[in-house]
Amino acid sequence: MQEQGTIARHTISVIVDNEAGVLARVIGLFSGRGYNIESLTVASVDAEAKRSRITVVTTGTRMVIEQIKAQLDRLVPVHKVADLTVDGKFVSRELALVKVRGEGEKRVEALRLADAFRANTVDSTRTSFVFELTGSADKIDAFVELMSELGLVEVARTGAAALSRGADGL
Amino acid sequence: MTTTDTQILPAAAETAEMLSGAQMIMRALGELGVEVIFGYPGGAVLPIYDEIFKQNSIRHILVRHEQAAVHAAEGYARSTGKPGVVLVTSGPGATNAVTGLTDALLDSIPVVCLTGQVARHLIGNDAFQEADTVGITRPCTKHNYLVKDPALIPDIIYEAFYVATNGRPGPVVIDLPKDVQIEKAPYKLSGQKAHRTYRPQVEGDEEKILDAIRLLAKAERPIIYSGGGVINAGPEASELLVAFARETGIPVTSTLMGLGAFPASDKQFLGMLGMHGTWEANHAMHDCDVMLAVGARFDDRVTGRTDAFSPGSKKIQIDIDLSSINKNIPVDVGIVGDAASVLKRMVTLWRDLKAKDHQPSLDAWWKQIAHWRAKKCLSYTDSTDVIMPQKAIERLQALTADRNPVISTEVGQHQMWAAQFLGFDRPNCWLTSGGLGTMGYGLPAAIGAQVAFPDRLCIDVAGEASIQMNIQEMSTANQYKLPVKVFILNNEFMGMVRQWQDLTYDGRRSESYSDALPDFVKLAEAYGWKGIRVSDPKDLDAAILEMINHDGPVMVDCLVSKIENCFPMVPAGAAHNEMLLSGDVVVQPSSDEARAVV
Ligand SMILES: Cc1ncc(C[n+]2csc(CCOP(=O)(O)OP(=O)(O)O)c2C)c(N)n1
Ligand SMILES: [Mg+2]
Repeated sequence: MQEQGTIARHTISVIVDNEAGVLARVIGLFSGRGYNIESLTVASVDAEAKRSRITVVTTGTRMVIEQIKAQLDRLVPVHKVADLTVDGKFVSRELALVKVRGEGEKRVEALRLADAFRANTVDSTRTSFVFELTGSADKIDAFVELMSELGLVEVARTGAAALSRGADGL
Repeated sequence: MTTTDTQILPAAAETAEMLSGAQMIMRALGELGVEVIFGYPGGAVLPIYDEIFKQNSIRHILVRHEQAAVHAAEGYARSTGKPGVVLVTSGPGATNAVTGLTDALLDSIPVVCLTGQVARHLIGNDAFQEADTVGITRPCTKHNYLVKDPALIPDIIYEAFYVATNGRPGPVVIDLPKDVQIEKAPYKLSGQKAHRTYRPQVEGDEEKILDAIRLLAKAERPIIYSGGGVINAGPEASELLVAFARETGIPVTSTLMGLGAFPASDKQFLGMLGMHGTWEANHAMHDCDVMLAVGARFDDRVTGRTDAFSPGSKKIQIDIDLSSINKNIPVDVGIVGDAASVLKRMVTLWRDLKAKDHQPSLDAWWKQIAHWRAKKCLSYTDSTDVIMPQKAIERLQALTADRNPVISTEVGQHQMWAAQFLGFDRPNCWLTSGGLGTMGYGLPAAIGAQVAFPDRLCIDVAGEASIQMNIQEMSTANQYKLPVKVFILNNEFMGMVRQWQDLTYDGRRSESYSDALPDFVKLAEAYGWKGIRVSDPKDLDAAILEMINHDGPVMVDCLVSKIENCFPMVPAGAAHNEMLLSGDVVVQPSSDEARAVV
């Protein structure tokens, strides 16, 4: 259990009605009340029932995290809110596209590292690569860090998508 | 206002009539029992106004400013327990309503506000009188809708009323493009049984209620801290609050918004708490061992410095809104539920478990409270030369109590004096802007209450500065022959601002003098009201009687002492038990920290 005053990172899943403005409501809640957003992802997950799933990674003290959940829960188009971090084990993945420019030794080294990280090469020219990498935020951080020495040009990241482990769903 | 039934829509009809969007709006409002709309017309709502013209069942009150339409709807809602309905045009109509909506959000008042919008194909084009109303009002409403299909109008209107009135009440906006008001569609409700997502928890968790009873039964210095949520939960909640207090013998204090839920004349009542609360209420809150908060949200005007707030107590909080629990002050037992439902269960359990038999004696606690009461914290030095504002309110109370008046206020010292001295014994008689502190609230709110209760005495206790913020509504009162009374405590200052400047800015009264005031008596007459001026304490009673005995609207310009301060006062950055009283020599550290806390 998180200590009263300490700040911790939480991954929160929110199932919402897929209607106009719902994302603005969630984002407005975070900015209006001064909560932190480390990443936020959203996409429709059930076209028939018109539901979307939002995954927010945020940080705060226990009281703030409880507030965030309660505030999300009382938004009218919100079906369910779950704090994956406190509810048990969960898996969290994000996808990154990483562009690296380089020649000679550096290029070979970049390819070798990409292979070690199980990144796919989704674009290549004689002087550049775009790698596609999925994994935890830490893994992507580590990869980007290594690439920065090998000619990193730019990175695009999706932010976390997360599900609880085990058979049960939200 | 909270209902247990989840049926929000009536069953779908077999055949559906083809109606224009505007006709559907009027049909749905009629079905929902709406009696009155507070509104102001404009291009984007002409189709709705045309339907209003063609019918007689729903009354339209034409205000003089859209902000006042929302405050009037709030006054109507707060005094009747029913949702208030507002209709305004697009663009400036909607933006003018924003202050009222924010006010209703902060004080949890059920309001449904219909706004006109430019036609669908013009949205986003910076069209004439276009504003992004759903964008602007998203953070100041409980929920809002942009209606893009006329066929959805009936469902959305029903849902809006459900959302506005269930759970923690609040304002809901329905933005209606003009072409949607004109287009025809079948009037058909989906017949959905329960709301898809919004189902507030009404009944409290039994285990937690038992925990609360156990804590209270052991308490030696218990207190009940009651708030606006008790009023929102309906008259039954107030009765149950009284019943629980009687059963347990626990003293009761109330927030500004909660006044009237527990009778002020009851010997168990300690008066209001907080920044301008009584000595006994604030000390009892500070020293209690168990606190029961009901429908109150530990607002910063109530708690003072949070790290010094009631440091030794176990806290129990009942609230319909989970997000109100543990927001500002951590509590030991948080019960999510409707105040009436939870209090009912508490009364039953207290009796069934014979908690009284195990309860320690509260005699020592009441003795301590008597000691605090003996301080007579609301006393002031009266004068024979000038009317003291406190005196004016005391006389107003004495001369009107038998009429069970509805009292509204503006914002400032007069508001606090009204809260301290009027003594409400019933709920729904006190209309004030607590959360937002909106100057200009009182006159339109009194108008809203007067529309609901044409025969009751409705008085706005005002300041000479605040009243000018919605003064145009005098014309509304005149048009509808609403006999509202405005009782101005005219101290020629934005008194509350001046008080703060005197206490925390070494008396530099920057821009807080009410200069170039109008002649309120002539102004009253210009608006077709009766105007009365009183300045001699000897004439005070006669002026008040003349006001209440006149059967039309009256404005009283009551000239009062100019530099009287409002006490008790918990000063900037202080704890509850560090109150200033009238006559205290004020040596205030004007530290930046202290200035920032308030
Ligand atoms: C719309 C708005 N603007 C500014 C304020 C800040 N404010 C709070 S009290 C006050 C002075 C009110 O003066 P008056 O109505 O004469 O009341 P008094 O305090 O003198 O009784 C002001 C300016 C406010 N509450 N609302
Ligand atoms: Mg004044």
